[in-house]
Amino acid sequence: MTRLLSIENLKVSFPTEDGIVKAVDGVNLTVNSGETVAIVGESGSGKTVTSLSVMGLHKKGSAIIEGSIKLLDGSTERDVVQMTPNEVRSVRGRAVAMIFQDPMSSLHPYYKIGNQLAEAYEVHNPGNKKAAMARAIEMLDLVGISEPAQRANEFPHQFSGGMRQRVMIAMALMNSPRLLIADEPTTALDVTVQAQILALLAKLKKEFDMGILLITHDLGVVAQVADRVSVMYGGQIVEEAPVDDLFYSPMAPYTLGLLKSVPRVTANNERLKAIPGQPPSLINLPKGCAFSTRCEYKSLASVDCDTVPVPLTSAGTHHQARCHIPADVRSEKFLKEVAGLK
Amino acid sequence: MSNSPILEVKDLVKHFPVGGKANGKGGVVQAVSGISFSLEAGETLGLVGESGCGKTTAGRTILKLNEPTSGKLIFEGEDITDFKPSRMRAIRAQMQIIFQDPYSALNPRQTIGKIISAPFEIQGITPDAGVKSTVQGLMERVGLNPEHYNRYPHEFSGGQRQRIGIARAIALKPRFIVADEPVSALDVSIQAQVINLLDDLKQEEKISMVFIAHDLSVVQHISDRVAVMYLGKIMELAPTADLYANPHHPYTTALLSAVPLPDPRGERTRERIILQGDLPSPINPPQGCVFNTRCWKAQDKCRTEAPALVQLGASQVACHFPN
Repeated sequence: MTRLLSIENLKVSFPTEDGIVKAVDGVNLTVNSGETVAIVGESGSGKTVTSLSVMGLHKKGSAIIEGSIKLLDGSTERDVVQMTPNEVRSVRGRAVAMIFQDPMSSLHPYYKIGNQLAEAYEVHNPGNKKAAMARAIEMLDLVGISEPAQRANEFPHQFSGGMRQRVMIAMALMNSPRLLIADEPTTALDVTVQAQILALLAKLKKEFDMGILLITHDLGVVAQVADRVSVMYGGQIVEEAPVDDLFYSPMAPYTLGLLKSVPRVTANNERLKAIPGQPPSLINLPKGCAFSTRCEYKSLASVDCDTVPVPLTSAGTHHQARCHIPADVRSEKFLKEVAGLK
Repeated sequence: MSNSPILEVKDLVKHFPVGGKANGKGGVVQAVSGISFSLEAGETLGLVGESGCGKTTAGRTILKLNEPTSGKLIFEGEDITDFKPSRMRAIRAQMQIIFQDPYSALNPRQTIGKIISAPFEIQGITPDAGVKSTVQGLMERVGLNPEHYNRYPHEFSGGQRQRIGIARAIALKPRFIVADEPVSALDVSIQAQVINLLDDLKQEEKISMVFIAHDLSVVQHISDRVAVMYLGKIMELAPTADLYANPHHPYTTALLSAVPLPDPRGERTRERIILQGDLPSPINPPQGCVFNTRCWKAQDKCRTEAPALVQLGASQVACHFPN
C-alpha cells in the first residue's frame, strides 16, 4: 500500500463581488493505492472544488489556494499547489487522471473517439501516433467496448451514455495513472448502467492497484464501493471514517441527518426525517459549527455551537468527527438512531 | 365518486415522427406503445423506468400536453381524448403538473406572487379571499415565507423553487397531479423535505398523483402502486409492497438489484444482476418482448411473441416466464 495523495490543510477561496467564497476550508485527506476514498456532500459542500484542486484545474488568479496537495509522481511526492502550469500539465493524466459527471460534454463532438483517446497519450509520449492509436484501442477493449478498433473510428454521438462514460474511463487510463479521480461518475446514468460502471471501476482498481478518489452525493454508491469516507459540509470535512463505521456508528450530526433522510427501498412507509433548513452560504459561514443552524442535537452540547468553532477530533480508530457534543453522549444516542433505520 | 376511478388510461400510444417528416415516413419514435392503467381517487401511482422508457411522455400525454396517437383517456368519467385545447383548459384546473427542473419551470422575470397566481388568471377565477392573500396562504402551505411574495425565482434555492412549483400546481385545488421527477434535481436532505410535503398534500387534499421518477427508493416511499416501464411498455404493475418484495418481471428484478443501498455490509453480500448492453432504440424496438435483448431468461418465444400484461397474484406482469 503506497500513499498516492495527501492533501494537507487545503483552503480554496474565490473572491467575488459579493464577498469571499470559502469553498474549501482546511481539508486533510489521503488516498492509498488499492483503496477507494469517497467524498460525500451536497451541492456547495466543496467536494468538487477539492477534486479540481488536485488536478490543478483552478485558474490562477480566480482562486486563492493555500495548503499542500502532495501527489506521488513516480517515486517522489510533489506538491501541486507549488507547481507551475507546465509542471501541472506534466503530471495531469500521468500521475492522476479524472473522469467527470457528464460524459457527453466531456468529449469533443467533432473528433473521433480514437483520436481523442490517442491525444491523451501523445501529450505525454509525443511523436508516436501509431502506438497512441494502438493504446487507445487496447483501452477501449479493457473498458468493455466491443469491436474497439471499429468503434475508435466513430464519433461521440454514436455512443450511448454508459458507453461514453466507458470511453471517459478509457481516456483516463491512457497513461496508466496511479490515482483516478471520479467526480459523480454515475450521476447522469441509469441505475442498470450505473451498476455496470461501478463494477468496471472496481475491476480496474484491483487489476492496476489504483487509488480512486470518488466524489458523490449518493450514499448508496458510497456503501457499495468505498473503503473510507469523508463527509463534507460547508467547505469542511465534518466526519471521516472507514465505510462501515460511517454508516453504522456515525459521530457527526450531519452524517446522521443524511442517513436518516435517505428513502430506503427496504423501509416501510414512514415519514422521512428531513434535515430542516438549507446549507449555509459559503460567503457568510456561521461563526461556530457550520451545521449548527440545522442541528437538532445542539442542546446536548455544553458550549454554544452557534459561536464556538468546532475542530475535527478523534471519535475512534481512524474515525474523526466535528461536534461539540461529548463523544460518549453522541455515540450512545446516534447508535440508537441508526439501529432504528433499516 | 369513491368507487369509480378518477383516471382511466386505455391502450395509450404516443409516437413521434422523426426525420422531419410529419407523416412518419422517416420513421417514428415509439415513445409510448400501448399502456393501460386506472387511478383511484386519492391514489398515487409511481411510474418508474430508465431514460427513454417513455415515462415522461406518458405523463405529458395523459395531461394532453402531447396529443395521443391512439388510445383513450377518461378523466372523471369523461372521455377527454379528443377534447380541443379550449375545452381542455377548463379541465386543466383539475389536472396539474409539477416539473423536474425547478430552474427552468419558473419564469425568471416574474415575481413568485405572479407565478403562483397565474392559474387563477388563466382560469379567470378570483378567489373569495382575494388573489394575494390566497397566494400567500399557498406559500405558507408549502413552507415558503409569505413575505417573499414579491421576490424573484433567482432569490430562492432549488428546494424552495420546487415548493413554488408545487404551490402553483395546487393553487386551483386539482384532483389529479402528474409529478414528473419532482425531487431528482434536489440534494438528499432537501429531497426529503419535498417528499414529505408531497406526502402531506396527498393525505390532506386527497389528490391523486402519477409520480414519475427513476429513483426506486423515492417511488417506493410515495406510491400506493408502481408501474415499471421499459421501451414504452408497462412490464409490471403492482401494489408497492408486492412489487418490491416479490418482483415477477426479470426487468423489475434487475432494476431493484441495481439500486445501491446505504448499507455497506448488505452491499458486500448482495447478489447483483448486471444487465448487459443498453436500451434498444425506440425507433426500432426488438420483435417480441421488448426486453428480450437484455433478458437472461429469454427463450425463442420471447423473440417472436410480445407478452400481454396479465394478472399474477396481486400484480400484473408482461412476461412469458415470470418469477
